[in-house]
Amino acid sequence: MTVTVLLFASYADALGKSAIELDVPSGSTVNDVLGALSTMPGGDRLPPRPLVAVNEVYASSTTVLDGDDEVAIIPPVAGG
Amino acid sequence: MRTALVDRAIDVASLIAEVSDDSCGAVSVFLGCVRDVNDGRPVTGIEYSSYRAMAEREMTAIVREAAQAFDIRRVVVEHRVGALGLRDVSVAVVVAHPHRAPALDATRYVIEQLKQRVPIWKLEHYTDGSREWAGTGTRELGTANGELESETRRVAASGADNGLTSAASPLA
Repeated sequence: MTVTVLLFASYADALGKSAIELDVPSGSTVNDVLGALSTMPGGDRLPPRPLVAVNEVYASSTTVLDGDDEVAIIPPVAGG
Repeated sequence: MRTALVDRAIDVASLIAEVSDDSCGAVSVFLGCVRDVNDGRPVTGIEYSSYRAMAEREMTAIVREAAQAFDIRRVVVEHRVGALGLRDVSVAVVVAHPHRAPALDATRYVIEQLKQRVPIWKLEHYTDGSREWAGTGTRELGTANGELESETRRVAASGADNGLTSAASPLA
């Protein structure tokens, strides 16, 4: 299945892109996506356990993904 | 109740007018502004960016929580994105209520939660020409040919160290 990974701010800079279409096995979790990202060029610049949102809601590392999910890797927020 | 991410200057007077009515004996206003120094480094401006859909969702959720907790109905929150200069207003929280205590308490709740949960980031520009993502330890350096090169300092802290509360469900 394919999930869309969104990257922002410093994390987008690290991987050199702001969106990635990622093919992962059915039943994959947030943690699996983070593992795949870590092997990409610049992926070693991400912290080991960043905040993640799935479909615009904060999620846990064990959240199981569905096809077409939007997985956002969230750098430390700094609004205000 | 209204929340918005905006790409233009925040008009504070219009926000006050929006929430005020004859029943309100108190109007509380919080403004976040771009200041000229951060962590001892002189700042010339800030570029705000966001995960817009989620930021709008979180801002709405926060205002609903405040409405329930402090019995407020008249509140507006605007956060600006894009390039801001010194003194520009980046965020405004305006709450009107018959009495001051709920208005002040709700204002404080909204801005504190916004800073902890809403996916907005700021790229600070410094007087020496360098730029850095606030709070991430990740720096962008201007190069001789004008292009940008990213230099990421390893951040030992995990995402859980950015102050998110349990309400935001940081990774276990």
